[in-house]
Amino acid sequence: MPAYFTDDQFRVVEAVCARLIPTDDDPGATEAGVARYIDGLLGAFNFDPPRIWAGGAFSGRFGGSPGFASFHRLSPLDELAWRVRIEGSLGMPEREWNGPVEGLQERYAAGLKLLGDDFADADADEQDRRLLEHHEFTALVYEHACEGMYGAPEYGGNRDRAGWSYIGFEGDVQPRGYTDEEVSQP
Amino acid sequence: MTARDFDAIIIGSGPGGSTAADVLTAAGWSVVIFEKGRNHLIDVADPSRLTNDFSNDEIKFMARHFLGPDPLLEPRTFRSSEDDGERTHTGEVNTVPSTVGGGGTHADGKVPRFREDDFRLLSEQGPMDGATVADWPIAYDDLEPAYAEAERLIGVAGEAGANPFAARRSGPYPMPPGAPMYGALLTSAAAEKHGWNPYPAPTAVNSVPYDDRPACNNCGFCAFFGCPIHAKGDPVASLRRALMTGRAQLRAETFVSRIIVNNGRATGVEYIGPDGVTRTERASHVILAAGGLETPRLLLLSGFEHQLIGGNLMFHYQTYVMGIMPMRVHGHKGRSVTHVHDDFIVPDLDSTAAARDAGLPWFKGGMVEHAGAAHPLTEAKLAPWGSAHKDTMRRSQMREHLWGFCMQGEDLPQLTNRVDLDPAVRDVRGFPAIRVTYKPHKHEQVASDYYAAQMEDCLRTAGAEVTFVATSPGLIGPIPISRHVAGTTRMGRDPATSVCDEWGRVHAAPNVVVADSSLFPTGAGYGPTLTLVALAIRNMRALASERGG
Ligand SMILES: Cc1cc2nc3c(=O)[nH]c(=O)nc-3n(C[C@H](O)[C@H](O)[C@H](O)COP(=O)(O)OP(=O)(O)OC[C@H]3O[C@@H](n4cnc5c(N)ncnc54)[C@H](O)[C@@H]3O)c2cc1C
Ligand code: SF4
Repeated sequence: MPAYFTDDQFRVVEAVCARLIPTDDDPGATEAGVARYIDGLLGAFNFDPPRIWAGGAFSGRFGGSPGFASFHRLSPLDELAWRVRIEGSLGMPEREWNGPVEGLQERYAAGLKLLGDDFADADADEQDRRLLEHHEFTALVYEHACEGMYGAPEYGGNRDRAGWSYIGFEGDVQPRGYTDEEVSQP
Repeated sequence: MTARDFDAIIIGSGPGGSTAADVLTAAGWSVVIFEKGRNHLIDVADPSRLTNDFSNDEIKFMARHFLGPDPLLEPRTFRSSEDDGERTHTGEVNTVPSTVGGGGTHADGKVPRFREDDFRLLSEQGPMDGATVADWPIAYDDLEPAYAEAERLIGVAGEAGANPFAARRSGPYPMPPGAPMYGALLTSAAAEKHGWNPYPAPTAVNSVPYDDRPACNNCGFCAFFGCPIHAKGDPVASLRRALMTGRAQLRAETFVSRIIVNNGRATGVEYIGPDGVTRTERASHVILAAGGLETPRLLLLSGFEHQLIGGNLMFHYQTYVMGIMPMRVHGHKGRSVTHVHDDFIVPDLDSTAAARDAGLPWFKGGMVEHAGAAHPLTEAKLAPWGSAHKDTMRRSQMREHLWGFCMQGEDLPQLTNRVDLDPAVRDVRGFPAIRVTYKPHKHEQVASDYYAAQMEDCLRTAGAEVTFVATSPGLIGPIPISRHVAGTTRMGRDPATSVCDEWGRVHAAPNVVVADSSLFPTGAGYGPTLTLVALAIRNMRALASERGG
């Protein structure tokens, strides 16, 4: 069950991500669960603490205790900023110190509508045509898709480190780090 | 000491403010540090404990403003000149972190000293039309002992004698250099063939265990990230010492909105704490270390009037000469920059001839960093979407093959480049946002072009197949991306031509002392941090002895 999207919206987001970061011999957005990442961002406040900033200092992948898994509490101002960014200012005066702000949830709702409810069923050429036509929204989803593909798995994407593996990136290497030889030699 | 009675209020906990706290508490003063950002650096209840909030996490640091300021809460605005109208951009402008430790937390810490000549640019090189070139009111020798102390307090790794252009030093670096990066070894060898003198970058990163903190383990998430193991010479060292004296309080998430001044003396500050309530705090001195942009903003918010407050704003003119190397240079392993060269900092006969051809009396470049690398998320966002995406990422021209030079070109001060209060845009607390008005002088552009051509040549010698030049401001956009900010409360002897005196005291209210790079009359071709820390050491020690003696 998605945390934020409806099932229908989620299907479109998945299809968009699959076009942006396709599957070939290596895993793509689908296998990495990139749509889950985006759903987690838009639904960050459905969790306590909100899933905005993963903890530290280590993930546990290279030793140390797995701190990434427990997310930071937000200060009142940070909660305000992230609610405005995600939900929008929604006409509330306390959110509009510089005027109205359109939130990510509103931009996704509008963008997914533009791409069409039938986007997931359209053929690849038609999908690309719509993505190019609505390039502003496509750019927004692409930014998030990259985060879901190449960011830390604790945020819900990059499942099984699929995004890091195929490009040969080790990821967060603390507390092991790299040896002096790994740094200085070819 | 009662909670409401301090010898000094320190505004800002970056390298400047934390150094002030260290020096003043060591001299027996009681201080309170107000910091508007959150605390992720140190456990206030038990300062001997380091926190574990920093991590190798690109989402948190690069996409989600973990270190602040959040551009929604604290937007800044930009325009190139008044001809642009009120502003052309609102949001992020030259963001240096707003957090306990300030920009020291995510700098990758190249901390060279300035050279003797940098303190007397006007006498050495002469004036330049359109620029307010000046000598500093102090000389290198006045600052040398404080430089040496700053290197010990922060913990700097480097090799004395390796740089033929270096200023005189009274002693060695506290630590030897750390592991050289593979790419830097390639470009250093090529630079030597070009007759240049690369040397191990003086770096505020532990190469060996130092000051109860471990050696760096080369994780590569250095510039823009906080260090998860506290191997960086960020302000943790000075804040820890200050808090351990028991004479310092650190109040995070606390915004100072005004310095209260009566008849030429500050009596305290007005601040807004985490609960949103406005209160005042009194002290006999106010140390202003809010950084090159926020320091002039706070003076303006407090009603100080001087045409130079916010003026002479300097960044560095950054010239990136990058190449795609045939071999994998893996710039994401290691501490960002391990080699630099200073050969473009001293004008010679050829550069002077080139300056004359361009109609300038002279020009100077800056320190050149040998560097590459970007992490996968940064690389991906620049890659195309669709069928070409995966191949682009597999080839990894940015993360694995990109290497080159970044010159921190000296930026001359100009009166028209300035910080002021935006007439309409507000921060979340309702105060006017910082507005930056900035356009480079012809000096920077000519110097950049001249040295870029030589660096491209050198990069080809090192084996680069494709090379390109990108400058900031310039091809990279009109907003300077240099995080080195200086000049906005210039120091000098004459109150007509300077905001602060040679001890950092504001002429108009001498118990307000500026302790950051806002003081710099000129910016040199080096990062500002070590110099601002050394100035803070010198000026705070003078302040403490003046009252004690
Ligand atoms: C990625 C990166 C790399 C860098 N690399 C280098 C380098 O290699 N070499 C180098 O020399 N420099 C480098 N810098 C620059 C360096 O970070 C700054 O020079 C340094 O942090 C300036 O120190 P400061 O104490 O003057 O100000 P800051 O570090 O900016 O600290 C000021 C603090 O004051 C707080 N503050 C501001 N206004 C208020 C207010 N009204 N009330 C309460 N608190 C307030 C801010 O939140 C902030 O935490 C780098 C910066 C970045 C971002
Ligand atoms: S490279 Fe070294 S100093 Fe930089 S963050 Fe990693 S461990 Fe810390």
